[in-house]
Amino acid sequence: MPDRPFHHTLAVREDLCQGCTHCMKRCPTEAIRITGGKAHVNPERCVDCGQCMDVCPHDAIVIEQNDFQQIFGYRHRVAIVPSLMIGQFEDEVAEMDMIGAFHSIGFTHVHYAEFGVDILKTLGNKISVYADAHPVVSSYCPAVVRLIQLRYPTLLPNVNLMRTPAQITALYARASLEAHGCAPEDIGIFYITPCAAKYAQIKTPGSATSGLIQGGLNLDHVFNLLQRDLAKNSDRTRKGTPTWESPAITGPAFLWSLTKGESSMMQGRTLSVDEVHNVIEFLELVEDERHENLDFLELRACDTGCTGGILTPRNRFLATERIKHHAATLPKELPDRTRIAILELSDKLIHNLKVERISAKYSLQLDEDISTAIRKMERVKRITEVLPGIDCGLCGSPTCRALAEDIARGNASIRRCMVMKMKDPTGLNHLAKIWGEAIPKESHPAPVPDFTPEA
Amino acid sequence: MHVSYEVRAGDFSIAGKVSSTVKGILKQLNLTPAHVKRIIVALYEAEVNVVAHSFGGKIDCDIDSEQVVITVSDTGPGIADLELAMTEGWSTATAEVREMGFGAGMGLSNIRKNTDILKIDTGKGKPTIISMTFRLAEGAEHA
Repeated sequence: MPDRPFHHTLAVREDLCQGCTHCMKRCPTEAIRITGGKAHVNPERCVDCGQCMDVCPHDAIVIEQNDFQQIFGYRHRVAIVPSLMIGQFEDEVAEMDMIGAFHSIGFTHVHYAEFGVDILKTLGNKISVYADAHPVVSSYCPAVVRLIQLRYPTLLPNVNLMRTPAQITALYARASLEAHGCAPEDIGIFYITPCAAKYAQIKTPGSATSGLIQGGLNLDHVFNLLQRDLAKNSDRTRKGTPTWESPAITGPAFLWSLTKGESSMMQGRTLSVDEVHNVIEFLELVEDERHENLDFLELRACDTGCTGGILTPRNRFLATERIKHHAATLPKELPDRTRIAILELSDKLIHNLKVERISAKYSLQLDEDISTAIRKMERVKRITEVLPGIDCGLCGSPTCRALAEDIARGNASIRRCMVMKMKDPTGLNHLAKIWGEAIPKESHPAPVPDFTPEA
Repeated sequence: MHVSYEVRAGDFSIAGKVSSTVKGILKQLNLTPAHVKRIIVALYEAEVNVVAHSFGGKIDCDIDSEQVVITVSDTGPGIADLELAMTEGWSTATAEVREMGFGAGMGLSNIRKNTDILKIDTGKGKPTIISMTFRLAEGAEHA
């Protein structure tokens, strides 16, 4: 996959942002700086994990909204629904009520995203993976894939290049409708996304999902539409309005998006890690190549897996429990007619299961040129020595070390250090003269990346 | 650019810490992933050797745009038969050390495989000084 800029779906609302540093401190890639009293996100570093949105006490970080009405631009409107959707409802809402509501709000076809797992298994009799190196790292979580592109490029050959279940389901849904004579341009496939990263992936031009999926719809918005519909039509089942067929899926596939859901279906020795800071801690170890006994690594940016996604309204533990409870009622194998339907389309599916290789992103380095980077690193070392080392964040950088790097890159002045300003203002003046004022760049809204990524 | 770290003998719980720190630095300096990998593999082995076999020591890294030179020096007790120690699978590690997953006898040969110039100064009862040079130029053996 050639290097393409990430599309980001998270944005800071300046009218609400208080410049309080919570997001900056939580960000796992140090992508956020506070300048002019407002948070600014460096697009070259952000992996769309959503931690900032989760921690913001002022709801100042928002996710791009998408127009639900866009689905009506298509005659056949397919919803790809993550199985965790059922977990967002209390037990009173039965699966059929939820599926009925999806049709009622405008969809003509509903598939569970994780049905793709069953499709893959039906096509190959096992869950195949495809990677150039061992252990294989799951590509399911797009925030983790972006994290690897940014911070662990040595591990890119380990990333599974098999399409994700939602993408495989989308392939199947399209192939199946076309086989029934539907015109390709009349088919609109929409993924209901529980997080910023999956939405961002859909919106990134040329990504694995573009073309395959016509749009992403934020899960919280769709949840509200469903709730409203359920409240309005609470007597739908009694009135005998058409009942819908339950979308095909097996119990094990239904659990895929939860922690251990994917790894439990993989061959060999597997391991699962959730929450982005845990993932980073673990990737550091994997990068050192001292874990050759492991075969498959399931890594998820959100706690408890996708039920921890920032767009999921319900408590992640309760949601997880309901999903497991529902999965226990599902069959272990697909019904024969579904298997036959998949196998009839196997020619259309089987050659389209892999995505292109993923390329590295370079934006954490101090400079592209090693000599310049070394010079900047020497400065970082010297500047760090004089900074107070308490990581208070008042300067607008997450740590003293990060401020030192910002100064060395020419993006900030040491004058930002409030502790030094109070303790030794004369000394600070002197140091600012040595290390630069960086005033032009400080008034710039976002830190400018040091160099453009390689083509 | 020069950085230096102390390594304590016998503290396996933090064996690898210096390698991790140096890895972070090399990545920020934009060394290629292949260079970072081989430097860290060799450094890790040398660091574990100091922890497992010596009375303690230090690690000095000198980095410029042409090469990375890492000197790992300890305060003894030295390697009596260096040629034997370089043999794959040969180890003097105690049962206790092996139980912790170290001491497979691959250390020095792994270091040799990943360095461009390797100098080892040692002897029975002497300190051991390992100097590892990694060339960064394009077309170098390991690039």
